Amino acid sequence: MPQTLYDKLWQDHVVHEEADGTALIYIDRHLVHEVTSPQAFEGLKLAGRKLWRVSSVVATADHNTPTDHWERGIEDPVSRQQVETLDANIRETGALAYFPFKDPRQGIVHVVGPENGATLPGMTVVCGDSHTSTHGAFACLAHGIGTSEVEHVMATQCLLQKKSKTMLLRVEGRLGKGVTAKDVALAVIGRIGTAGGTGYAIEFAGSAIRGLSMEGRMTLCNMAIEAGARMGFVAVDDTTIDYLRGRPFAPKGEVWERAVSYWRTLRSDEGASFDRVVELRAEEIRPQVTWGTSPEMVVPVDATVPDPAKEADPVRREGMERALQYMGLVPNTPISEIAVDKVFIGSCTNSRIEDLRAAAAVVKGRRVAANIRLALVVPGSGLVKQQAEREGLDKIFVAAGFEWREPGCSMCLAMNADRLEPGERCASTSNRNFEGRQGAGGRTHLVSPEMAAAAAIAGHFADVRDIL
Amino acid sequence: MDKFIRLDGLVAPLDRANVDTDAIIPKQFLKSIKRSGFGPNAFDEWRYMDVGQPGQDCSQRPKNPNFVLNQPRYQGAQVLLTRANFGCGSSREHAPWALLDFGFRAILAESFADIFFNNCFKNGILPIVLPAQEIDALFAQVEATPGYRLTIDLSAQVVVRPDGKGIPFQIDAFRKECLLNGWDDIGLTLRHADKIKAFEEKRRIEQPWLFA
Ligand code: SF4
Repeated sequence: MPQTLYDKLWQDHVVHEEADGTALIYIDRHLVHEVTSPQAFEGLKLAGRKLWRVSSVVATADHNTPTDHWERGIEDPVSRQQVETLDANIRETGALAYFPFKDPRQGIVHVVGPENGATLPGMTVVCGDSHTSTHGAFACLAHGIGTSEVEHVMATQCLLQKKSKTMLLRVEGRLGKGVTAKDVALAVIGRIGTAGGTGYAIEFAGSAIRGLSMEGRMTLCNMAIEAGARMGFVAVDDTTIDYLRGRPFAPKGEVWERAVSYWRTLRSDEGASFDRVVELRAEEIRPQVTWGTSPEMVVPVDATVPDPAKEADPVRREGMERALQYMGLVPNTPISEIAVDKVFIGSCTNSRIEDLRAAAAVVKGRRVAANIRLALVVPGSGLVKQQAEREGLDKIFVAAGFEWREPGCSMCLAMNADRLEPGERCASTSNRNFEGRQGAGGRTHLVSPEMAAAAAIAGHFADVRDIL
Repeated sequence: MDKFIRLDGLVAPLDRANVDTDAIIPKQFLKSIKRSGFGPNAFDEWRYMDVGQPGQDCSQRPKNPNFVLNQPRYQGAQVLLTRANFGCGSSREHAPWALLDFGFRAILAESFADIFFNNCFKNGILPIVLPAQEIDALFAQVEATPGYRLTIDLSAQVVVRPDGKGIPFQIDAFRKECLLNGWDDIGLTLRHADKIKAFEEKRRIEQPWLFA
């Protein structure tokens, strides 16, 4: 019987199965960061248990680390304690790789894993972070877990799971100029809703997806969780293999050849059936801007802020009214008339080299508008930062009035000093526009890097297709 | 983990869809390296008028009188009644830790986000999925009836209303066993240690690149 990619990946990892279908799934790669691991390390120690397989662990500090003045260290004592706790825990247990604060390869865990070749096709990848779905771009079963599960993986190298339903999300056609993987992700969420993928594993397929770079696929899979799906993935093709060749933890020589021939089987068979199929036309996707406090509250840049009065469902209407009030927006306002205060280019969704190149192309030779209080570029990792500097992208951003920072999660969740003040409005390339996400009272609009750059230059949202 | 067998508890209604884990416990409290003490900061941004900081004495902070969980009639609630897609967003287990510390042992909603749903079971919280019309009816009853309580019987898989009506619910057999017995997942899994080792050895031979 033809199998889906999900079936293949699942089957390849089942260690044991209970009568009700709950399975013990083997975990190949465990990514660890400072926020969701301390309680797990402590639990392990208290129970007198050991880390099952040290070489499965790749760790870095990213959520709490400052993005400027590294010479001063981490000034917030609580954040510092968390990062130092991770240092101590890794010193004690060991890891395949650890990229601590200030290491040249340190960065956001979901950027660091793939760029070092620590994420390989066919792996199960977990991390105490919901955006672990990012790694699905490499045909991995990759998803976020809670801290109890982090401890479970540390102690047993396995997780207890039930099989998900499968969804095929097919995007056929060619994306227009200025339309990116981020816009595809937001358009998908706008279509199926933030709970549309709940209980599903999403396979992204179709010619528009095959046309995306690995960076673009990572952006898309990263946002699968915002559609409610714990994981999203893309089949292996030449793009995947070309990306991995020569990465530090990728296999070499004869083992590489063997790996590649296995990886090439990691796609859904012809005629495999899915529980749900959703189709989008690439040509119909326009640059997207969220207007509310959930990623599904999204419209194209040339549209207007929706009017709750036109919504029939009372629960939805109330949700829209509450969101508009929080966002300080009036129904029917054209999106392009919404002025922004801050611009953030970064996060595990959009902080890779390709994202920075695309934003720099918009910014080049232009100036950030006078009403913008802060425009921030935060590369996803030390390696991305170095690469960007080699290409002179930092100079383009700085000349335009952007701040060029050290890598980390930064204003994506504002656990460090980078944040919005109450009422401030931000064009952000991150993944969540929840109330208070970027700082208490802050107002987040999710956009692509190109659109964030365009908003910085215009001082308000602007259709990047008119600028390019 | 504490066992969950039967609960008779006061119900508090949180009438919003898509309540995310950032709202349940804002990020500044994630800097803690402990599992406990998150209760006073559950729903922090909705519950208080000021911006909360870790390590603060919350009893002195100005409360938001309009936030439902601040109303006197819902103090001591153990059952949270809410809407669709509860617990979406970040995977932080601090969210169920905060809800548990606040006093909730069961959550009733039309649907839950996957990771949050999973995290609840690891902490002895029972998330129950009920059809939309049952949730609507419960909201109406809770609002109309001060001191409204529900009885949740896990072995019988039923929520019993004060008027005697029983609402059945589904739960995975394995999860049910774990809750009823208060079992530690890790201990259970380690009974299969030999199987895991054998699986790992086979994998090491077939896909050596995974074990570099
Ligand atoms: S960049 Fe944002 S979403 Fe990504 S791991 Fe960091 S905090 Fe989470």
